Parts: sequence; structure tokens; C-alpha cells
Amino acid sequence: MGLDADAVLTRHGRDRTRLLDMLWDIQRAWGHLPEDVVAGIAEGLGTTANDIRETASFYHFFHTTPGGRYRIYLADTVVARMRGYDEVRARLEQETGATFGGPPDPTGSFSLLDTPCVGLSDQEPAMLVDSVVFTRLRPGKVADIIAQLRAGATPEEVANPAGLPHDDVAYVDHLVETNVRTKGPVFFRYPTDYRSLIRDCLVLTPEQINERISESGLRGRGGAGFSTGLKWQLCRSARGERKHVICNADEGEPGTFKDRVLLTRSPKQVFAGMVIAAYAIGASNGIVYLRAEYSYLIDYLQRQLDEMRADGLLGPAMMGRKGFDFDIRLQVGGGSYVCGEESALIESCEGHRGTPRLKPPFPAQRGFLGEPTCIDNVESFATIARILEEGPEWFRAMGTADSAGTRLLSVAGDCSRPGIYEVEWGTTLSAVLELVGAQDPMAVQVAGPSGECVSVAADGARQIAFEDLACNGAFTVYGAQRDLLGIVREHLKFFVDESCGICVPCRVGNTELLRGVDRVMAGHAAHADLDEMVRWSQIIRGASRCGLGATSPKPFLSTLQRFPDIYRSRFRTPHGVMLASYDLDEALAGYDAAMRELEEDVS
Amino acid sequence: MTPDGAARVHASHELPATPPPAQTVEARAGKIPIATISLCGCWGCTLSILDLDERIIPLLDAVTITRSSLTDIKRISGRCAVGFVEGGVANEENIETLEHFREHCDVLISVGACSIWGGIPSLRNTVGLAACLREAYLDSPTRVPGSPPIIPRHEEIPRLTTTVRPCHEVVHMDYFISGCPPDGDAVFSVLSDLAAGRPVNLPTAITRFD
Repeated sequence: MGLDADAVLTRHGRDRTRLLDMLWDIQRAWGHLPEDVVAGIAEGLGTTANDIRETASFYHFFHTTPGGRYRIYLADTVVARMRGYDEVRARLEQETGATFGGPPDPTGSFSLLDTPCVGLSDQEPAMLVDSVVFTRLRPGKVADIIAQLRAGATPEEVANPAGLPHDDVAYVDHLVETNVRTKGPVFFRYPTDYRSLIRDCLVLTPEQINERISESGLRGRGGAGFSTGLKWQLCRSARGERKHVICNADEGEPGTFKDRVLLTRSPKQVFAGMVIAAYAIGASNGIVYLRAEYSYLIDYLQRQLDEMRADGLLGPAMMGRKGFDFDIRLQVGGGSYVCGEESALIESCEGHRGTPRLKPPFPAQRGFLGEPTCIDNVESFATIARILEEGPEWFRAMGTADSAGTRLLSVAGDCSRPGIYEVEWGTTLSAVLELVGAQDPMAVQVAGPSGECVSVAADGARQIAFEDLACNGAFTVYGAQRDLLGIVREHLKFFVDESCGICVPCRVGNTELLRGVDRVMAGHAAHADLDEMVRWSQIIRGASRCGLGATSPKPFLSTLQRFPDIYRSRFRTPHGVMLASYDLDEALAGYDAAMRELEEDVS
Repeated sequence: MTPDGAARVHASHELPATPPPAQTVEARAGKIPIATISLCGCWGCTLSILDLDERIIPLLDAVTITRSSLTDIKRISGRCAVGFVEGGVANEENIETLEHFREHCDVLISVGACSIWGGIPSLRNTVGLAACLREAYLDSPTRVPGSPPIIPRHEEIPRLTTTVRPCHEVVHMDYFISGCPPDGDAVFSVLSDLAAGRPVNLPTAITRFD
């Protein structure tokens, strides 16, 4: 307790752009964001309390009202629901005496909250107790954790009884598994000497680096697949006094967890990629935007950065090269899927709500603080380090014509060996399924909810590649026993919850799609309702501001295409002219119910 | 009289009517029959139809208004080319009337905010029907002091629906003329397009209000 606004302001240099850091400090100290402290921050920053609240209210993890002593966030994901989520959730309510989404238990010890995927699909169900993560939950395990917390242990003590130092990889490994299933060619192959790699790069001119990246054919690994070389050249040629390199580690796509594993096993490979980018575009400032769900990595990553600084691989006049000053700081998010969108991420780095910007201008032209910014995914930076190590030809020789190199897959769901796999682009769906030990697979969610739900029977020969089955890294297998329509609903609900709300097609349209699926599930839909949903999907995809709306109807559209029977089998035949979706019984039940409710008050 | 001897209430379309003179029937032949009806709304949209002003006179050479909200006869005899519906669906009689119009009109048009999204009456959706009835009949400041607390309930009074819904959530609607109320020009534009057999073309200029 007791941290006041002034101390927080001082710690962060009274810099408005560091608002998220300030909010985290306050919340860690007070358990929530007390009004008077927020008012103090507002005064210190020369703004209003409402301005601060406007930012805070955008993020899942910031709370303006007190909760229980511990906030428990149970990840509500499709994979968790395959692995006993319901039992775990019920047991949590039973053991804590609190209800999900409701007030804390009567003793004020626990608040229960739902949260989307926390990047642990290979070890679900999982939960965060404040910032401490617990995986592979079972009802008994949950009961034990709650009992220990009740007995006075901190979440940290429960999770880390041996007291491992937080900046040690052993701590991270103790909390979560990394499940790396393949070694090489690009990732997890052998330790690299980053000192000599960076030294070798600095011998080249920035133009030569850019040429090598262009020659490699690398396309951004975040999902959109834009040419990294082109992006860097745009950023290098953009006019600006100062430039920035941002690493997007806001791995929010449900089902993906490869960036978490990269940051755990190969953090310096990622940071080396950022240093090379900084040199190539002429940047002085680096930011790693880490999703708040990965807070248990903070101390470990800070130590990696400190080691690089000590080695002279970060900081002023790097490797004695006058004029090349570059350092990296961590920016922890506040819980928001849309912050994975690059311009929303930049807004968040500036201490604002994660509302996507209109493009153009692109971040390479005007990004962080309006200055040219090169923003790439964790995997892209790690790949860059290897391209510079082995050469662009080596990289270009792997993969397909339009998709050079390899791709990390985060594999989860109905398979015997979930985890991280590196495959060459061009590998077929069937081959991946065999590799991971898929169990009676019916469908695969490729690239998460924003990707496609494909049919194992119809799409087995398709290739994981930008030109065929584009994939941002999520690969979730659904066995024949799974309720696909229920999964579609989960995914649409996710987009409804995560829409930032700035544009109507996304805010309203996704809600309409969700209602449509609910109608189908309740047996209140006819063919016309699906047509209506398809029309809504076109509006959402065509008129939304950012990638969230451009992809959010895909769970519906791709299953409608591949598995039309999950919809058709639930159709209702309309009677007469009344639409199937109009529930006459429900419509006429309200009056009698109201009269019963008022019975005692009328004569 | 009904079998149990109670007086039977007649709906407006069941009341005896004098047939129009042969000359009138002849003059109407060949014209496009249209009908309008008001469900749960304020009739402001009907007034917009009156805002056609003198333009209604040449229009009546092409169309004939068989039913209008002004007579409030809720059933159509024969078939209509075009039906205009104002107001949303708030009780079971609205449902039946709307179904009847859908069955008897080739083209059915939602006119105005209530028809299109429920409008002002749908504000009750946010408080629930019981709270709404309590406010209207029991706690109303205009309730006669000392009067018994009564909420009307009778088999001949249509039951209110649980929530107020727009027309297109109950039956298929072909066109939507937005506004609260729509401008008379908007009604005129749609009506003259339909009368002339042209595709309906509502210029944004008359459906945008900001």
C-alpha cells in the first residue's frame, strides 16, 4: 500500500506516454486505481482524471474499483473447454465463494474474472492469480491453490515454493512449459554468439542489410505477411529526426504461444534482430511491447537486456560505433487483443487507449510519437538474426515461391504432442497433422479465430503458405467429437469482447453475428438468417478500420463454407410469413410474466 | 352475439360498409392499389404522407389508396401492390396485422424509426415490461387519487409483447424509409418510383439528417 501519485510520477519522469507503467504501479500498490491517486496523476500530467480513466478503462487488467485481495483470471478458451475448463471453473467458485464476473467473496479474498487466451493453449486450463500463472489446472489442484492462499501464502509463494529468482529462466520454466518439438533450421538450433553476429552486421552498411533482408524474401510473421525488406526501406527513407523499432510481443491471437516460447528460449535472438533493424533503418529507440499476460517474463527479459548492455550490445555508441545509439525498453500492455494491431499497439505505447489508427500514414512513415517506426513481430526479429547469420540465399532456398523460410506453429487441441513446431512454408496440412499426432481430426483452426477453420477431409493437401493457407502461427486441432458451432460462438464472442468499439461495422456487426449464431443454436434460424449473416460479414470486413473487423467474421464464414451442415441441421421451417427467427412464444410470454410479478400490487 | 351471450366486439374491417358507386370502382380499375397501416408508433409518419401536399393529386391518377392509417381499417380486401407500415411491433395485434399485410402486399415498406428499429416505444425494452406497466398504471403521477390499482387485462385487449421489435424481425420487409418521421419527399420519391415501375432510389440527401 501507500504509493502516492507523486512517487509514481517521479519514477516515470512525469511522461504522459508512460501512463500504462504508472497505472500498473498504482494497481500493484493499491489493488486497484484509487480515485485520489488517479486525480494526483492527472494533475501531475496536466490533464484530467477522466483522461486517465479513459485510457485505464480500455484494458482488461486495470480496475477502478477494489476487488478481492487476489484477482483470479481463468482463461476461457476453446482448448481449455476441451480440457476440463467447466469443472475447474465450478471448483474455483466453490472454493473461493466468489462468482465469475461478480463481486469478491464475503471475506474479500478473491475476485473471479474471465479472460481470453493467455498464450498457454498447450497446457490448459490455465489461470493468472494477479500476475502469477498456473497451468494444467484440475479441480483438485485448484482447491489446493486456494487453500494455500487462504492460509496466507502469496500466489508467488504457491507457484514458486523453491524461491527461484525471477530473472532466471528456471523460474519461467517452473511456471510454464515451453514444449519445443523441433530444432532448427531457424529456431532453437544452437546458441548463437550474438556479439560476433552484431559485429559482423555493423561492418555492412545499412543499405546492404536492407538488401539482404529484401533478398531473403522475408514476410512479416505477425500474420499480414508484408515484405519486411520493403517496410524497412520505407522506414529508412522516411524523414524523421528520431526513429523507433518496436517488437510486437502482444501475442493475443487465441491459440498462439510461439512468441512466448521464443522470448523464453531465444530472447537475445529476438533482441539481436531488433538491433540489426535499428542499424538498418537508423533508429535509436527500441520498445518490446509485452502482453500483460506474460508478466512473469519481465524480470527474465530485463536481465537479458542488462546482459546485452553489459556486453556493449545495447546502449550508446554501440561496439564503439559513434552515432549508433540504441537501447530497448519493455512496455507491458494492459490486456487487450486489438493492441496486437500495430497502430493500436503504438497508441498503447503512447499511454492511450488501444484504438487503431487510420492508415495511411503507416507506422513506417509516422508511428510512435508521429515518428518513423519499424514494428515487427517477435518471430520476424528472431528470423532476421538468423538470416544475417546464414545469408539470404540460405533462407530463400526454404519454403515456397511466395513464402520464403519457415514458420513456427503453436500446436494445440486434439493431438498427442502439442507444442511448438518449425515447418517449412509449403508443408501440407496433412503432414503437420501427422507430425503432431492429431487424434481423429475433423477440422483445424489455422491462424486462430482470425484465420480459417479448414476441413481435414477437404483441405488436407493444402499448403501452409501465404499463397494458400496463410497462418500467423496458431494451429488448433479439433477432433471429430467437437461441437464446431459452439467453437464458432466462442470465437465470435471473443471478437465482440475485444472490438475497441471505435467503428460501427465492427462494434455492431460482430454483435449481430453472435446473435445470429445464437439463433441457429437455439433452432430459431432459417436460410434467410444465414444470408443476412453473410451480408453482415461483408459489411464488417469491408468497412471496419482495422484487421480485427477485417477478419472477425471468418469463424462464421469459413465454417459455413467447409461445414455447412452444422448450420443447416439446425434450421427451422418458418410457418407462414413469420420469420423463423421471431420467437412468438417468447414474445407473448412477457405479459403474463409481468402480470404475475405485479399480482400483489393490483386489485 | 357470441354463444355465451356476450356482445362480440367487431374489428373495424368487420363493420358494415357501403360499397362505393360503380363509377368510382371503374375509375380505380387499373390503378396500383396501395395500403398504409400504423402499428406501435405516433402516426407522425402518416402525417408525412399527407406532406405530399398537392403532389398527391397527380399521383392518385396512378395509385389508389385502399387502406390508410387514417381509417385504421386493419385488413386488406384483395391484394395490394405496396404496403407502408409505420410503427414497431409491441403487441399481439401488431403481429397479426403485420402478418396480414405481408400476406397481402407484394412490396412491404418499413416507414420511420419505430418500424425500422422500434423507436421510442422500444425504450421500454431497457426497463422490462413489469416495470413499464408499474410506471404507467400503478405509480403514474396522473393516476386518479384513491382509484384502485388496476392494470388492464382482458381477452379482448391484445397482450403486449415482451419487447418491442422492428417489423423486419417479424416478417420480411422489402424497403426502409428512414426518419422520425421521414420527409414527405422521401415518401413521394419511393411511391412515385414504385408507381412508375422504376427501381426505388432514395437519394441520401433526403434520408440523412445530420
